[in-house]
Amino acid sequence: MNIKKNIALSDTGFIFNPSTGESFSVNPIGVEIIKLIRDGKEKDQIKESILEKYQTDDATFERDYYDFVNIMNHYNLTEIDE
Amino acid sequence: MEKLRYERPIIKKLETGMPNKFGMRTEYTPMTHIDGVAVKELIKEYGSPLFVLSEKTMRNTLKSAKQAFTTRYPKVQFAWSYKTNYLDAVCNVFHQEGSWAEVVSGFEYQKALDNHVPGNKIIFNGPDKSDSDLKRAISNDSYIHIDHLEELYSVISIAKELNKKPRVSIRVNMDTGIYPMWDRFGFNYENGQAWDAINKIMLSEHLELVGLHSHIGTFMLSANAYAVAAFKLADLTVNIQRKYDYHLKYLDLGGGFASKNTLKGSFLPGADISPTFNDFAEAITGSLINSEIDPHHLPVLILETGRALIDEAGFLLGSVVANKRLSTGKRATIIDVGVNIMFTSFWYEHKLTPAQEFTHYTEDTIVYGPLCMNIDVIRENVNLPLLNKGDQVVIHYVGAYNMTQWMQFITLRPKVVMIDLKGKSHIIRDNETNSSITSLEKIPEHLMKFEL
Ligand SMILES: Cc1ncc(COP(=O)(O)O)c(C=O)c1O
Repeated sequence: MNIKKNIALSDTGFIFNPSTGESFSVNPIGVEIIKLIRDGKEKDQIKESILEKYQTDDATFERDYYDFVNIMNHYNLTEIDE
Repeated sequence: MEKLRYERPIIKKLETGMPNKFGMRTEYTPMTHIDGVAVKELIKEYGSPLFVLSEKTMRNTLKSAKQAFTTRYPKVQFAWSYKTNYLDAVCNVFHQEGSWAEVVSGFEYQKALDNHVPGNKIIFNGPDKSDSDLKRAISNDSYIHIDHLEELYSVISIAKELNKKPRVSIRVNMDTGIYPMWDRFGFNYENGQAWDAINKIMLSEHLELVGLHSHIGTFMLSANAYAVAAFKLADLTVNIQRKYDYHLKYLDLGGGFASKNTLKGSFLPGADISPTFNDFAEAITGSLINSEIDPHHLPVLILETGRALIDEAGFLLGSVVANKRLSTGKRATIIDVGVNIMFTSFWYEHKLTPAQEFTHYTEDTIVYGPLCMNIDVIRENVNLPLLNKGDQVVIHYVGAYNMTQWMQFITLRPKVVMIDLKGKSHIIRDNETNSSITSLEKIPEHLMKFEL
């Protein structure tokens, strides 16, 4: 899974989808995760870097991560890797 | 390096030009302390969920209500409506501030006596007073507010039996322009029932008519309805004055002033639209002062204000149990506060705020209680920050009716604490345990044993 190539993401958490004209806002940890996904990081690598930086645990993050990715799928912001 | 506070990642679609019905007021300003005491500490010490009452807010609210009336009318007496919250500590705060007791059952009457309220400062309302309730109240010189003719005749026969002259009043119901009209309690003004009952009492040598009572409804958002009620009670008072050359000692306008809560379906928050004590006082005292009641014999104005005096002093603290995503994509948060202990969630969109600091990111959330029941919804839609399991929330304006109408259902009822004027917390009602419930049960012999 990756974020669609044409999606624009600003550091302040503003997302624009030029093909639909829709825009979204993301919180800072969401921005970090999207950037890691864009860099081609896998879920476990993303988890590792989040757990290093924030006070949370494996299970909590994993649940929140899947929820976040699901919502991005729902908004058509992701694509399946070829 | 210290790790940063975690917040779950969220993404929200931005809708331009579409104001959100619920977005008018964001409720995520955290409430970390109540009267200087940390919410976290309260939960640590007493558990979650937890009811917390602020003695300071109770006293200050009563003082401001009193001030609104006493600056406009010379004789004012508040009577604490026991059913609103009859925890003894709560009643005693109001009694210390000078309030009498207003009760509507034998149980509440006994509570007032146990709190050492003198019998002649207890107002006994309600449609169901048993003969033994009436005997006790008459012997104690309490004020008996008669609801129907059967009660009037019972009072007369008990008066004869005890050879006492009870001090009575009648409850009057009337059209005040409010729908629905409460006509099930008392005697109707418009159709002459009230005047008829007044004459029966005035002509009976066994009763002393001391006042008139009305309670036109609850959570009234119109001050004008009270102007109408006071006008009609004043009219009856003047008629008694004319016909019998007799002066009533008091007019009791009941309770019903709206608190700062927001009624379900209301577009604007209650804190913005509820009339103030000054508005209600102006309406009531205006009607009395401008009436033809003899100014040398102005009756005492009694008020049985309930919810408006205590709603704001009550908080319900709870903790997040879990977060979920519903099939529609909507966020759901489960907290440990259910409708069983928060009866008023059926009437109000209770204000709910987090008890710790968050970033400004929020989500529209439905808040569920912990019961395995579909009705257990605390808020249908509230804009909340990204709460994690274990985070704490504060539900506001829960002082009225919850600590009396709560149900022992599925879970046990929690502790209630009061924070005193010095910021010290006291348990005023302990939490229930299994045995507080089962001690009332009995198992027939043949059901004592089973094998599985
Ligand atoms: C007779 C009477 N007085 C006073 C009250 C207190 O009303 P509120 O809490 O609306 O002020 C009630 C409540 O229903 C009542 O029935």
